[in-house]
Parts: sequence; C-alpha cells; structure tokens
Amino acid sequence: MLNLFTHAQRMAGRVVVGAAALALAGAAVPANAQETIKVGVLHSLSGTMAISETTLKDTVLFLVDAQNKKGGVLGKKLEAVVVDPASNWPLFAEKARELIAKDKVAVVFGCWTSVSRKSVLPVFKELNSILFYPVQYEGEESERNVFYTGAAPNQQAIPAVDYLMSKDGGEVKRWVLAGTDYVYPRTTNKILEAYLKSKGVAQEDIMINYTPFGHSDWQTIVADIKKFGSAGKKTAVVSTINGDANVPFYKELGNQGIKATDIPVVAFSVGEEELAGIDTKPLVGHLAAWNYFQSIDTPANKEFIAAWQAYTKNPKRTTNDPMEATVIGFNAWVAAVEKAKTTDADKVIDALIGVKVPNLTGGVAEVLPNHHITKPVFIGEIEDNGQLDVVWKTDGLVPGDAWTDYLEGSKDLDADWVKLKCGNYNTKTKKCGGS
Amino acid sequence: MRASSSLIVALGLCLALFAALLPSGAQAGPYEDAVAKFGTDSYSDTAAALTDLAATGDARAAVVVGAISDGRLLFDPTSKIVYIKTADGALVDAATNAPATGVDAATLKPVRANNRVRSVLQGVSGALSLMNPDPAKRLDAAASVLRSRDVTSLPAVEAALAKETNPAVKSALSLARAALIVGNASAPEADRIVAVQTIADEGNQDALAVLRNLPADTPATVKTQAATAVTAIERNLAIWGVAQNVWYGVSLGSVLLLAAIGLAITFGVMGVINMAHGEMVMLGAYTTFVVQELIRTYNPALFDASLLIAIPLAFLFTGLIGVLIERLVIRHLYGRALETLLATWGISLILQQAIRTAFGPTNREVGAPSWMSGTFDIGHLSVTYGRLWIIIFAFMVFIALLGVLRMTRIGLEMRAVTQNRRMAAAVGIRTNWVDAMTFGLGSGIAGIAGVALSQIDNVSPNLGQSYIIDSFLVVVFGGVGNLWGTLVGAMSLGIANKMLEPYAGAVLGKIALLVIVILFIQKRPRGLFALKGRSIEA
Repeated sequence: MLNLFTHAQRMAGRVVVGAAALALAGAAVPANAQETIKVGVLHSLSGTMAISETTLKDTVLFLVDAQNKKGGVLGKKLEAVVVDPASNWPLFAEKARELIAKDKVAVVFGCWTSVSRKSVLPVFKELNSILFYPVQYEGEESERNVFYTGAAPNQQAIPAVDYLMSKDGGEVKRWVLAGTDYVYPRTTNKILEAYLKSKGVAQEDIMINYTPFGHSDWQTIVADIKKFGSAGKKTAVVSTINGDANVPFYKELGNQGIKATDIPVVAFSVGEEELAGIDTKPLVGHLAAWNYFQSIDTPANKEFIAAWQAYTKNPKRTTNDPMEATVIGFNAWVAAVEKAKTTDADKVIDALIGVKVPNLTGGVAEVLPNHHITKPVFIGEIEDNGQLDVVWKTDGLVPGDAWTDYLEGSKDLDADWVKLKCGNYNTKTKKCGGS
Repeated sequence: MRASSSLIVALGLCLALFAALLPSGAQAGPYEDAVAKFGTDSYSDTAAALTDLAATGDARAAVVVGAISDGRLLFDPTSKIVYIKTADGALVDAATNAPATGVDAATLKPVRANNRVRSVLQGVSGALSLMNPDPAKRLDAAASVLRSRDVTSLPAVEAALAKETNPAVKSALSLARAALIVGNASAPEADRIVAVQTIADEGNQDALAVLRNLPADTPATVKTQAATAVTAIERNLAIWGVAQNVWYGVSLGSVLLLAAIGLAITFGVMGVINMAHGEMVMLGAYTTFVVQELIRTYNPALFDASLLIAIPLAFLFTGLIGVLIERLVIRHLYGRALETLLATWGISLILQQAIRTAFGPTNREVGAPSWMSGTFDIGHLSVTYGRLWIIIFAFMVFIALLGVLRMTRIGLEMRAVTQNRRMAAAVGIRTNWVDAMTFGLGSGIAGIAGVALSQIDNVSPNLGQSYIIDSFLVVVFGGVGNLWGTLVGAMSLGIANKMLEPYAGAVLGKIALLVIVILFIQKRPRGLFALKGRSIEA
C-alpha cells in the first residue's frame, strides 16, 4: 500500500519537474522548441523484464534531471524520451528506430538481455546512432555504435572463479555451472568450462545444468547439487540463473539446508534488487560477483545513494550494478559531447574513446578502444539484511575484453576502433571479419 | 596448527568445565594475544585468532566465539581494541573483561566473517559445544565434527561419547568417532574395519563421502571392506532416490493441482477459456503480501497466523474480482470462445500492469511462518515442512471443492447448468447468477492457490504467467469438466516431470513431457477422464 503512494508521488514529482523544465526552456528561447538535446531510454516497463529494467529507466531520468540542474550539456537542456519495448525483442528494434528516426535522439540508453541488444544492433548501424548497454554480458561482441559499460566475462565470471579457487574462497575443486537456458549463461559457461579445464579441473568435477526461464521447482536440481557436492571435494555452484528463477532457487537452497560453508553459490545475476524478495537469513555467506555493491563505502557512492533515494522519495530504494554502469555511461557520454562540442554520432563515438569518468567505488572508468570500460571486480557475501558485504576485490581495474582468450575462434580476435577500425580483427589472418 | 589446537581445545575445555571456571593467570597471556588479532579487520587474522583462541583453552573463549557468531564482537578501527557487546547492549573489553568507558559505540565496527572464518568458527564451536547442556546443540556439534573430519577432535569426541546419554546424540557421536578413526593411519586395522561397518550402517550421503575418500595409505582389507559398503549404500540410496523423486513429483503435482483447480471450474465446468486465471493466482499472492505487511506493522505476534488470515481474504478478494469480470465482460461473450480468449488475455495484461504500478515491478517478500520452515527425515528421504503443508493444503482445497459441488445447493445448480443449461433454466435456476457464482468460485480458488504459491515462488506481477500454460495442460490432460481428472492429471504430470528431470535435464524433460501429452491427446482427445453424455459443448 505504501508503495502506491510513493509511486504516485514520484510520478507527480516528475510531472512537475518536467513542466518546470519546459516552462524554463520556453521562457529562455520562446521561438525555438528544438533547443534541447534528446536522450532516448529503451528499457522494458512492462512484461517479464520490467522487474529489472524499470529501475534503469528511473536512473536515466534521475541523471537527466541532475544534469539539467547543473546547466545541461553544451548550454542546452537534456530531454529524456522514454519508450516501452515491453520485453518484446522485435519491438526493441521498432522502438529504437522510432527513437532515432522520429524523435531524433542523440544517444540511447537501453536494453538488458543480450537478445534485445542483438535485435537493435542493425538499427543503430543503419541510422548511425549510439547505444549505451549497461548490463554484464557474455562478451564476444564489439560494435562501433555500441558502448558496453557492463562487465565482460573477464570482469566478472573469471575473477569470481579465481576467488573460489583461492584459500579465502575455500579452495574449491568441484564445480556446478548452473544457468538459465539462453545465450548469456551458455556462452559464459562455455568460457568457464574452458577456463576451469585450463586450470586442471577434470571433466567429472564439472556439472553443467540448464533450466528454462522462470523455472520454479528446484527440488530435484538442488538435491542433485547436494549429491554432487558430497563427493568429498570442496564444491561450489557458479550460477548464471536469470532474475525470476532465482528466488525459488535460493528458497529451495535454504529449505534443503545447503549452507554457504558447505556449498557456496556465486551468482552473476543476483543483486540487491533480487534479494529484496527473499528472507536472506538462510543464505548468509552465498556470494555474488559484481563491479559495484550498494554497501561499498566511498564518498561518491554515499552521495549517489542519498541523491537517488531523495529523487525517488523512497529511503529504502536500493542501488545495483547495472545502475552504476548506466551512471558511468551517461557521464562518459556527457564528457564526450563536451569534448567534441557536438552531439553528432560519429564525432561523439571518436571522442568517447579515452574518456575517463569516476565510478562510484573510488576508481576510474576509462572507455577503451574496444568500446568496453575498465572496472574493479568485487566479490560480496550475502548478509542477513539483504545487502552484500565485499569480501574480496581485484587489486586494480580490469580492462574489459570483448573476445575471450579461452575459446577457440575467439582467442585470436581483437577489437580496436582507433587503430584497426574493426570490432573483430583476426590477429592470425590479419583480416577484419567485418560484420 | 589447527590440528594441535583442537586437541588442546578439547582438553582445555574439559579442564575449564570441570574446574568450574578457574580464572586464567597471566595478564598478557595467549588469550589476550589471540583476542588482539580480531582488531586487524583481516579474514586471515580472524581465522587464525579463532584457532589460537580455541587453543588457549580459556573459559572466556566460548564467550568470544559466541559473540562473533552473533556479530556482537566489535573493534575500534583506530585503537584496535576489541569489545564484546553483551546481550543487554553494554560494551565490555574482550581482553580485560572490564566495562568499556568513554567509547563511542558508533565508531566501532563489527568483526566480519566470510565463509572461511565461518567454517573455522563451525569447527571451533563444534568442539566447544560437544558438552553443551542442550542436546540439539550437541547434535549440531557432532555433525560439524563429522563434516570437518579433523582427527585431533577424536579425544574430545570420545570424552563426550563416554558421558552421553541421549540416544540420538550418542549415535551421531559414534558416527563422528568412526569417521575420525577410519581415516586415521595410526588407528589399529581392526578398529578401522569396525568403523567402516558403523559408517556403512548409517548409509547416507555423508557416509558415502567418508568411505569414498579414504587416504591412499589405507590397508587393503579396510579398502575392500569400504568398497563393498559403498556399493551396498549406493544400491540402497538409488531406491531411496526413486522415492525422493516420487515425493518431489507429488509436491510439484500439488502445486499444479492448486494452480489448475480453479481453472477446472471456469474452463472445465463453464467452458470459458480464462487467460486471466494466472493473474487471479497473482492477486492471491499479493493479498498475502498485504496481509503480512499489515501484520508486521500492527501486530507482529500474529505473523505465524498470517497465511491462515490471508486464505479467506484472498478467496473473497479474487472471487469478487472474478464475479466482476464475469458480469462486466465474459457474460457478453458466451459461446464466442475466441473473443473470450482475447478479452481475458487483455484483462490479464491490465491486472499485471495495475499491480506493477501499485506495488512496483520488483519482487515482494512474503515470509514463511515458523511452522512452514525446516525439514525432517523419513529414512533417507528429506521432507521440507513448506512442501508438506502445500501438499496437504492442495488436497484440502480439492476435497472442499468436491464437497461444495456435491453437497451444496449452489453446487447442485452448477452441475445442473453444466449438464443442460436450458433445462436448468426451465426448472427455475437463475443461470446468470449461477454463472457469476461459478466464475467467482473458480477465481477465488485461484486466489487461495496464490496464498500457497507465494511461499515457493516470486511474488511479482509475472507470477501468474508461469502457471497459466501448465494449468491448461493439466485440465486438458485430465479431462475437461472433471475434478478427479484434474487431480490425477496434476499428479501424473508432476511425477512424470520429476522422474524425467534427472535423466533428461529440466529443459528436455519439460519438452519430453509436452510431447507425451500431445501424443496422448491425439489418442484420447477428451483427456484421461472424459465426461460422458451431454457435455459442455452441447
């Protein structure tokens, strides 16, 4: 019930702010309504993915609002154009076209699932615009029109496995790779399997399990994991289980009494938002690998959380990793536009490379020539209050690698949009694969 | 390091207990040194401090270990002094046991634990609590010794075993002792063979793990003995595995039954294809959430009864929504199946988005009452209370519904309208009213299902969507218009799914099941229990 009010208030607040901004713009330049820079927001607000993507829409609106209070960009106000692709992949392409061709946005922040990103790629290429993609993904891609501010596999999956192999992580010898049956878990698990084997893990010590989207009956699989883990060697689960299926999975782990000290589960898609739906007491000690946690104690993060909670008028509103990636992407774009002194896509794409913006955890995110960014990697343990406590982090920043070094056919590829002007240059044949 | 320490823990502990808490002598002794290590905010130091602490054999060690497990052990980041927060909130210097004065509690940070620290903690407190007066604690302690298989705890285990009177703890302790002996190269061979037998008698996964991981230098006689035991246990466990799968199948079946039984009324009895059925389940789950929120705010003591309170409310609320949908939309579309399908599909989207706007798109937490948490074992079958109650609940709902249809006036009228609408109207039954009530009943039951499903699934606006296909599958497979068909259909699909899953995996298993159902429907288009005589299409 409470939420109903906060949401209504939030909406009301937004309308007022929007109206005020409009009035202001109108007063300043009465003749020309074009004097704003439009920013597209392409996140699902209905359907299955709304659970994750709605927050990112709010984040972009929050950032636009904050930027306008600072005077906008190039002396112009920003204006967010929000569309709802409704978790429908073909609709993502249609809405992207609408944003670029009809609304003439200068940049788009959007997409969550890899399949939605793949579906909008041709549109961004054809109409030559810029997409900022804020979610951790399976890699194996580098496009001229896309900037990947989420983690590539070498910025999340591989450090997490390294941690579990270390003394602090419990020297894990046996691995369960559990995931939802779609492209991100399948590719990530393929990379991890190759990586584990390169570290001398035997085939019989790796169990791979896929489940359908929204799988809700985990009894058999959790019992199997328990059995697999009772072979005497330290066992861990690497989970690429997608959003919705996680709650019943963790509930079943709690039910069957699998404690983190017996079989730790490290998840790549579980953050503060997902944990909000579960009683985390039985889950204390299970892990998540991300590049940002709400609990990280830096002045920048504290300031961001306070501003975000004030903007949403909800003192309990959580923050998460894709939000931070959105913040980095937005700030990098603003910096690049100011550097290029134009919003022209080609110039901004060139200006973006090498742009350095502070992230929220005390480091610097640099946009690399392969259109990925540098990130720190954190391993957090679930606490009984639903937050994640950082137990390990990489020494420095890890540069995102578009093409993994552990898969055949991918390890020879390189992406460099400055020197090579190519997203999939083959270092053996010295040829650009094109697209 | 750990090895020698645990031995001393045990001895020290006995000493400490028997000597009735003798004060430790030195001022800056090993205890103080160990405690000081907690102040460095490093996991390695914390783990080392715990083992050192246990090695001191100091009676105060148990207090510190207790404090760290509850997060009551704090340290000052600047002065590195370690404090214990007592149960009444006062601060005590952990080293000197003197009350802390002039310390600002807000500047203190808790000593943090990660999984490594927690495992050490488990081992240390396991050895420390083998003599705990609470039998449940002793049972836990024996289990953690069994899991850690730390040979040095053997004397402590034997000492505890000699004094133990509780049979359950005693058997757990002898198992732990056997596990310690069997892998111990210095134990006599005869003892180790006896130990193999003790472990083999236990016959569970833990036993398998112990027997499979004997050290390489184990004598051949012990090894062969263990190998025979392993085969026997595996055969036995395979049988229990089948039982476990059947149980999981019944559990899945009960969830399917709950989700489908309301649909069996609206689709089965009335012939309305109600795509908004899943959303009724979702509304029931949200009703539970609202009830729990209100209870948390106004009367937390009632929390255990929250589900019982939510059941009638969910029934009335979703039933009312059902009646409204029937009166406003569906009654204008009787006999036009395609339009009904589209209209109810639209309603389902409207309801989803309404909930998303009101409650937000993220999951809502519905807690489990204490009587639905935990597990118990029947043989090697582990049963969770939550699932057990859902199965019982599903059958209760089924029986109640059957009772309503068989024994009440409204049930009689429903059956009459189903069998022959015009004749029923001719004898004076208000068929319009009966339609509305039937639809309300079906929706209300979906709402009740939502209360149960909120315990095992996400409470999110998408909750209903994941059940709608399965529900139709169950009703069509079981035979349209027959409640018994729904019961048998749900159970057979549940069990078949769970029997297929271990072999084919969750994705293929589901596909295989769909193929089987399609083939079955080809053979018997009216499902398992076809309604004889004049049916709904007439």
